[in-house]
Amino acid sequence: MNVLILKHEITLLLLALGVMLADLWLPPERKRGLGYLASAGVGAILICSLLTSVPESPFAFRQMYVLDGMALFFKRFFLVATILVLLMAVEFSDRIQAGISEYYSLILFASAGMMFAASANDFALLFVALELITVTFYVLVSFQRGRATSLEAGVKYLIIGALSSAFMVFGIAFIFGTSGSFNFGDIAAKLASPEAGLVNNKLFLFGLLFLLVGLGFKIAAVPFQIWAPDVYQGAPTPTTAFLAVGSKAAGMVLLMRVLFVAVPEVTAQWWKLLVVISALTILYGNLCALPQTNIKRLLGYSSISHAGYLLLGIAAATTAGQSAVLYYLSGYLFTVLAAFVVIVLVLRDTGAEEISSLAGLHQRSPLLAAAMTISMVSLAGIPPLAGFFGKLLLIKSALVVGAEHQSFYWLVGIAVVGVVISLAYYLGVVRAIYWGGEAAEKSAVTLSLPATLTVAACLVGILFIGIYPNPLMKAAEAAVLSFK
Amino acid sequence: MSILTSILGLPLLAAVGLAFVPRDYRFVMRLVALGATAASALLAVLLFLKFPGAGVNADGYRFVQQIPWVESLGISYYVGVDGINLGLVLMGAIVAFAAACCSWNINMREKEFYVLLLVMSGGILGAFASLDLFFFYFFHELALIPTFIMIGVWGHGERKNLATFQITLYLSIGALIALVGLILLYVQSGANTFSIPALTRHIQENPMAPGSQNLIFPMLLFGFGILVSLWPFHSWAPLGYGSAPTATAMLHAGVLKKFGLYGLIRVALPLMPEAAHGWMQFLAWLCLGNILWCGFTAMRQRDLNLLIGNSSVAHMGFIFLGIASLNLIGVTGAVLVMIAHGFLAALTFGLSGYIRQQTGTLEMSELGGLLRKLPFVGAALVMAAMAGCGLPGFANFAGEVSVFFGAWQNEALRVVMVFAVWGALVIGAVYMLRAVRAVLHGPVADKWNDVSDATNAWRKLPFALLLASLLAFGFFPRLLSEKIKPDAEKIVMMVNAARPLTPALSAAEADSEEAHAAARSRDTATEGN
Repeated sequence: MNVLILKHEITLLLLALGVMLADLWLPPERKRGLGYLASAGVGAILICSLLTSVPESPFAFRQMYVLDGMALFFKRFFLVATILVLLMAVEFSDRIQAGISEYYSLILFASAGMMFAASANDFALLFVALELITVTFYVLVSFQRGRATSLEAGVKYLIIGALSSAFMVFGIAFIFGTSGSFNFGDIAAKLASPEAGLVNNKLFLFGLLFLLVGLGFKIAAVPFQIWAPDVYQGAPTPTTAFLAVGSKAAGMVLLMRVLFVAVPEVTAQWWKLLVVISALTILYGNLCALPQTNIKRLLGYSSISHAGYLLLGIAAATTAGQSAVLYYLSGYLFTVLAAFVVIVLVLRDTGAEEISSLAGLHQRSPLLAAAMTISMVSLAGIPPLAGFFGKLLLIKSALVVGAEHQSFYWLVGIAVVGVVISLAYYLGVVRAIYWGGEAAEKSAVTLSLPATLTVAACLVGILFIGIYPNPLMKAAEAAVLSFK
Repeated sequence: MSILTSILGLPLLAAVGLAFVPRDYRFVMRLVALGATAASALLAVLLFLKFPGAGVNADGYRFVQQIPWVESLGISYYVGVDGINLGLVLMGAIVAFAAACCSWNINMREKEFYVLLLVMSGGILGAFASLDLFFFYFFHELALIPTFIMIGVWGHGERKNLATFQITLYLSIGALIALVGLILLYVQSGANTFSIPALTRHIQENPMAPGSQNLIFPMLLFGFGILVSLWPFHSWAPLGYGSAPTATAMLHAGVLKKFGLYGLIRVALPLMPEAAHGWMQFLAWLCLGNILWCGFTAMRQRDLNLLIGNSSVAHMGFIFLGIASLNLIGVTGAVLVMIAHGFLAALTFGLSGYIRQQTGTLEMSELGGLLRKLPFVGAALVMAAMAGCGLPGFANFAGEVSVFFGAWQNEALRVVMVFAVWGALVIGAVYMLRAVRAVLHGPVADKWNDVSDATNAWRKLPFALLLASLLAFGFFPRLLSEKIKPDAEKIVMMVNAARPLTPALSAAEADSEEAHAAARSRDTATEGN
């Protein structure tokens, strides 16, 4: 076995440990800068991953771990997200009373968990990777110990997270019990052979359903979405951002691997379930976001609705649908991170994360106002921004399937209704920024150079993905090929 | 860079450039906006003049430029003109310049205003120049979003917020329905290309199944229809234009709104001919709703802008009627009215904006006698009103007459046509002349003593330019119609090749009352679907 195949994860873990150790020797006033160092380190790993191609024998640990095109795509995705979240955390550090280096290293550990999730080819590794993510997030969510809302969010995330993990382990036990294997490839082979009778084995399907509960919790799909708004609102903003992007994407990649690699036959039967979940998630997220006044809570509901759009591509169960999911997630990465960076930079006063407190932002900082506007408009799915092309691809993939299953036309109809509803609340944020009345605070927002660069990077990402989709499109299509 | 790319690219580039101009340099912003739109208008005139001699590609388009964009989906940046969109590009560029000229009274957040105005202008021109469905839609949305923001921020009137909300909701829904229709068209044609010429060729060889045609065509018809304020989805238009800043109303009512009509002619008719035949009867009756309903509504308005807004919606009915007639003269006429109405709507909204800026109100009961105070603007308004009721000599006349001839030729539409002529000649004349009387004639109130006319050449220029265009194409409609005809003929042939031109009802039946009822019941049946 070639250990070097895990080089990204190993270096990331070493970096995380390094950050923890550095905490012992660094004087307190310099600990904040450790975040820059950590993100530079992650940047180096990202460059390394960009230079890596899929090895000839992509498996490790007896096929538990796989480094195929899909895994590489998501590893790069998670590394980009980690860099931006770390930079965000540096800006946020003045609001964390103690242990900022632990905060950085926990982000790195969670990121390592996501990298493992991207490569999971086995239910055991799937569980371990998810637990690495979830357990670090328990701490990350409740990191502002002085704030009751942060602690409340932490407790909620802990209880519901533990519950869903329990469901998942239970499900995995059933899957192992009926199929005799943890490995995705082995299970797929057993499913394909009729004599094993796994397709109709009720216990196997039961286990699979429980597994979907766990994954549904991660991506915040209805009916496992209940934690999202509270946790998004209460958690420290960089954590929320990482939850919205990293944790959701990890859930999506695992869901795709399970559905399309391990149990493709079952997926073909369960498309109706996926269609219904997708439709409900879109409607729930968008309708509940309408009356929100807290910007983080609004983004929590909006993230539920985006999970619904992503599920639309998964329900289509075609390569076009899968590549649309990857494309959409990449656009979502830059869009959501742009919004959260602005929230970190503008709403320093932790009590006031109300949308109305964004009033007058265009006078305080035109760049941040523009960033927030572009982010909201992109989330709503309006050209020429990233969100539009992603939605276009998702809807296209669903319409292709619609010729076969009429219900996909209804799903597209619901998605369109969802987009119209979402316009109301996303444009509500834009309205608050530009003509939301007099600003309570009129001082200009001071921006450090790294903060400006972070915002600029997100904006370039949103515009580039939206206007020139070709490179990312090709990358997504290449990544999806590894499922064939 | 090809000439078409420059025409649409200049305003967009200027918009990007303006973002870097400091906020205090008001003069520079205005200059950049005027310069970019003027250059693009001049290039459009040049394009129009060079059109007859330009090289034609295999699909009949000129000045084409194609750059692959997303290979795997068959999206390419593909621009080109033929007779149908040539006039629209010219009209769009001239109106964009006029709109920039009419924006001198914006004195709040000029930078954002001009950036949005330029984005809107570039988007509009891009939408008409695009021969790729993706970019066609993309540019349209690029122009549409600034409309909402401009009405919301720089709009006026008590009902500004309602107007913004309504126009955003209606037009977003319309655009999304059209988008789903376009994607469905792309998917079900199986051509794997967004290029309109390639798609047309593919569908000519492999026509689409009637089932998919009947699914997609209504989506495009109503999606585009909402964007064009097809009755009964028109209520956003008068209110929206009434509240919009002058330049936005000029650009949207004049140019951007024509996107849906252009989409119907360019995409829906030739690609789904069977469904087009089935739905056109229905469309013809709906367009009577535009002509009569909105005409009557316009008669009852007390606010000049609402009157103009309603009349602009009523004029859309003639264009729909031309399209519904599905014959050469009708479609040619429809394109002519699209161009003429673009100039006309921009002119009337520009003038009403000027009057509102001078008097602070558009309540017709308060105005009166302004012709004495505003000789130039007043005279221009009288001429615009004349053009609006279809007086010969203005471009509208040529277009509307062609539409009526076209509708008469299609025997199934004769009844509709008779009503439409009534609407055009009588109702149009009534509300337009009443508006002229209320605003321009009668005694002058003392409070209007310090109202001043457009004396400055810069103030006169946009109105003069638009009037000159209306008159030029009114006296020489051939300049346009000869270019439109060959390409309209192609589209009409494609529509009628699918089904020989035998209308569902024979001429004798069409006049009788039963046929009338039959047509209606069939319409309601199709509506039920």
